[in-house]
Parts: sequence; structure tokens; C-alpha cells
Amino acid sequence: MSLALRGVGYRYPGVAVPALLDVDLHLGSGEVVGVTGASESGKTTLCLVVSGLAPRVVGGRIRGTITLDGESVDDWPMHRLAGRVGIGFQDPTSQLSQVAVTVFEEVAFGPMNLGVARDAIVERTWEALGTLRIEGLAERDPRRLSGGQQQLVAMAGLLAMRPAHLVLDEPTAQLDPAGTRLVAEAVERLAEGGASILITEQKTDLLASVADRVVVLRDGRFALDGPTDEVLADPRLIELGVREPAPLRLRRLAATAGVDPALLQPAADA
Amino acid sequence: MAGRERLTRASHSGLPEWLGRPGPSAYHRLNPLTKATLATVTAVAAVALGGLVGPALLVIGAVLIPAVAAGVLGRLLRLSLLLALPIAISAFLVNLFFFPGGRTELLRIGPIVATAEGLGFALEILARILAISGAVTLFYLTTRPSDLVLDLERRGVSPRIGFVANASVQAVPAMVERAVQITAAQRARGLDTEGSPLRRARGILPIVGPVILGSIAEVEERTMALEARAFGRPGRRTLLWAPHDTAAEGVVRWLLLAGLLVLVVARLAGVGP
Repeated sequence: MSLALRGVGYRYPGVAVPALLDVDLHLGSGEVVGVTGASESGKTTLCLVVSGLAPRVVGGRIRGTITLDGESVDDWPMHRLAGRVGIGFQDPTSQLSQVAVTVFEEVAFGPMNLGVARDAIVERTWEALGTLRIEGLAERDPRRLSGGQQQLVAMAGLLAMRPAHLVLDEPTAQLDPAGTRLVAEAVERLAEGGASILITEQKTDLLASVADRVVVLRDGRFALDGPTDEVLADPRLIELGVREPAPLRLRRLAATAGVDPALLQPAADA
Repeated sequence: MAGRERLTRASHSGLPEWLGRPGPSAYHRLNPLTKATLATVTAVAAVALGGLVGPALLVIGAVLIPAVAAGVLGRLLRLSLLLALPIAISAFLVNLFFFPGGRTELLRIGPIVATAEGLGFALEILARILAISGAVTLFYLTTRPSDLVLDLERRGVSPRIGFVANASVQAVPAMVERAVQITAAQRARGLDTEGSPLRRARGILPIVGPVILGSIAEVEERTMALEARAFGRPGRRTLLWAPHDTAAEGVVRWLLLAGLLVLVVARLAGVGP
């Protein structure tokens, strides 16, 4: 399973300046690619393009080639892509269907739309709820949950569709550390299961823990692209508007203050 | 996904027994389409029936008695009166005092005269309004919109039509909630929403603008989220469950509609009071 972009550029409707330029990206089976960058660097646009929502739903103009498992998706309708590529957004409220009266039905909404058999929907739904440890919310009204809980429900809705490729646009923006850990665990498990995952995040700590590769965007172009450890340790990260992960930041600050970074040990080892 | 290993061991299995849990009363447990038919027939019949007795009997037989059986009488009275009172009061007063051809004087307030004929017609209008608001409120109090949508979808109605209807109903409380949040935020920044009517009117614009723009932006995001969840896929969706229905209820629905048709035709032909 693979998802590939070659020479992809994208321009929103009514906007002269392209939001993405000359993007080459390959997502292999079980691979997690982290995307980061300053605000308005093109992270969300990249998610919309990879998921197929841009230009199919959003409008605008796209050039370049996008292939899914070697097949061009240019002529694919959105519902066909939706069965293969799942996308989760930053704002959980707008991700809810608004018609489901229980979390269970909310999570089952996607598979129901795909016409999956009823028993399989039930199994997938419980499994997705279990993965994010929110089975206890199954009977609750999704509209009455907190933002963090809604984000986990939205994520479970994605998992229940069992997409081969997953696009997550800042999925932990509204989550506390415990919720963030659950999302990280879910991403790791999905990748172990063979899904390819594109995840955008401002929290580079999360990318450091889950991503195999990290891309840094600037003005719609890839400014850095490489293995996670190398990119997140790159000295150009700060000028690209990205904060390095906490351990690296601590070491840098220690060095600036004249403290030997070697003295800094993780708490577990202390 | 074929060959995908299970993510975790599911601690639950099977369709939850609480999904589509039957309502607390026999009336709640009627099929949503039956309740919708009852509400529609009551409302239309109240308009079609002439006089005071017909609509009044409808209020008693099709609204109050079922409301008692469903245990929602208190809420029904509160809600339906809230819904109907503004229009009921104005219609009552206009007909009481300004009924054309009213001759039997009951009360005179300066140049305005309340007549017995006006009072009779005002009561007829009042009964019709109460029957309509009561029927709609009874349906609202005993039926979840999503149940009706599921039932219609099972009968072949497009899920998109059901979705639009259901989402529209659900959007109202969401917009109210958004308006409350924006009002609180604007007041925290010094917006005056109290005092004279002029001052209140001036305070509306900074609230209405963000509410409407925010709702439009949310609709755009929601459209994307729905498309990403394959809502645009042609063909039938899988339904997890559908409300209970019986052949007897089907017969009752057709009988009600046939009766309504006969009534409307009879009224159009000039039969009746």
C-alpha cells in the first residue's frame, strides 16, 4: 500500500498565490510521516490535497500526480477515496455528523455510509472505541462531550472506517497529555497494522515519538525532509518557525547557559 | 481492511441493547411515522374542521389524552402554550374586537367593541391554534428526530433529505449555544447588551455577525468532514437499527390519511358546519 504525490501544486479558488508548490511525497505501508511548519505554511492544505478533499470538495486547481497503490486517483469520486484515505481535522465539533444521538452511532457513521455489513460495523465500532479507550462514552450524546472527548470520538470514527491511509491534521490540538498519548498509541498500532499515516502537528514531541520521517513546510514547499531524528535536530528548525522537541530544547538551553548537556538525564534514569 | 490485525481486544461486542431503546410509554413506542401522521392529521383536520367543537375535541382526543398517556402533559402545556400564545393572543383579540359583521355587543372600550360573534370566531381560531401547536409539541416530546429519519431511510427516503431535516433541527440549539458564548465574550470586552432598547439593538450586531459567519464556516468544515466519511456515496447505507413498526400501525396510518382526505374534500365541497 502506498500513497504518492509527484510535483503536486494547489491553488485555492479565487486566490492567485499557490498554497502548495512542487510537493513530492511518498507514504509507504506502515510508514508515519510527520508534517510541521509555521502557521499558514501549508500543513492543512497538504492534508486536504492528500485526502482528496481539495479540489473535489474545496474547489481550486491542482496539478501534478497523486497515486494510490500505484493507481492515479484523478478521476476518483470523493466517496471512493473516502474508503481508502481517512482524514481527521483539528476542530472536533465540525467533524461530528450532528445526526447521531450516541457516540456508538457517531463512530459507526462512516462504515454505515460505506455500506459495510451490520455485524462488521458493530465489531469495527467497538474495536475503534476500545483502541482509544472510550468504550465508556458509547451511550453518551457526542454533542454533549468535552472538546477532547469529541476529538477522540472523531478519531474513533476514522479508525472504524479502517482506511489504508490516514491523514491527521493536528489531531491532538484539543487534547490533554493523556489524550495525546492515546492518539500516539493509536497511530503506532495503525502503522503496525500496515496503514500509512500523514500527521501534521505543531507538537514536535509527538512527531518525535511516532513519525518515521518528518517534513517541514515553508510557504507551501518542503523546506526540510528526512528521518525524524535528523530533521528535528536541524538548527534551521527555529528559523522555520518550528519549536524543537523538549529534550533537544533543554539541551540547547543548557548549552547556552553553560551547563554540560551530558548532565541532563531523563527522569526515569535519574 | 483485509488482513489487518485487530487493533485491540474489544471489551464489548454485539449491538448495544440501549441503541434505539424503546420509549417510556406506549405512545413513545409508536412508530415515528405513525406519530408524525397523527400530528399532521390533527393539525390539518383542526384547520379543515369548522366550528369550535371539532377542533376542541381534537385537542382533547388527539393531544391531551395521548399526552397524559405519555406522561408529558406538563411539558406539553408549557411548550405548546409558549409556542402558540403570541399568535393565539393576537388572533383572539383581533377577532374579538374587529370581527366584521359582529352585532351583539359584549363590551365597549372607547371606540372598540367586543362582539359575541367575534368571541365565537376567536374561540374557534384559538382551538385550531392550540390543536396545531399541541400536535406538533406532542410529536416533538415523544419522538427523537433521528428515529424518524432512520425510519424514513428504511422506507427508501434519501439519507441526504433526512440529514438536512435532522441537521436543521439540531443546528438550532447549536446556534443558540454559539450565540450565548459570543454574547459572553463580547460582554467581557465591554459590549453593553442591557439597558434601553436602543442600546440593546446596538449590541445585537457584534453578536449576530460572528454567529452567522461562524455558522457558515462550520457548514463548510462539516461538509468536508461528511464527504470524508463517504456520506456522498450513492446507494443505500447500512442501518444499524430501525424503529419498530407493525402492520396494524400501517393500517392506522392509511386510515388516518384516508379520513383526512375525505374531510378535506368534504370541506372543499361545502359539506359541514
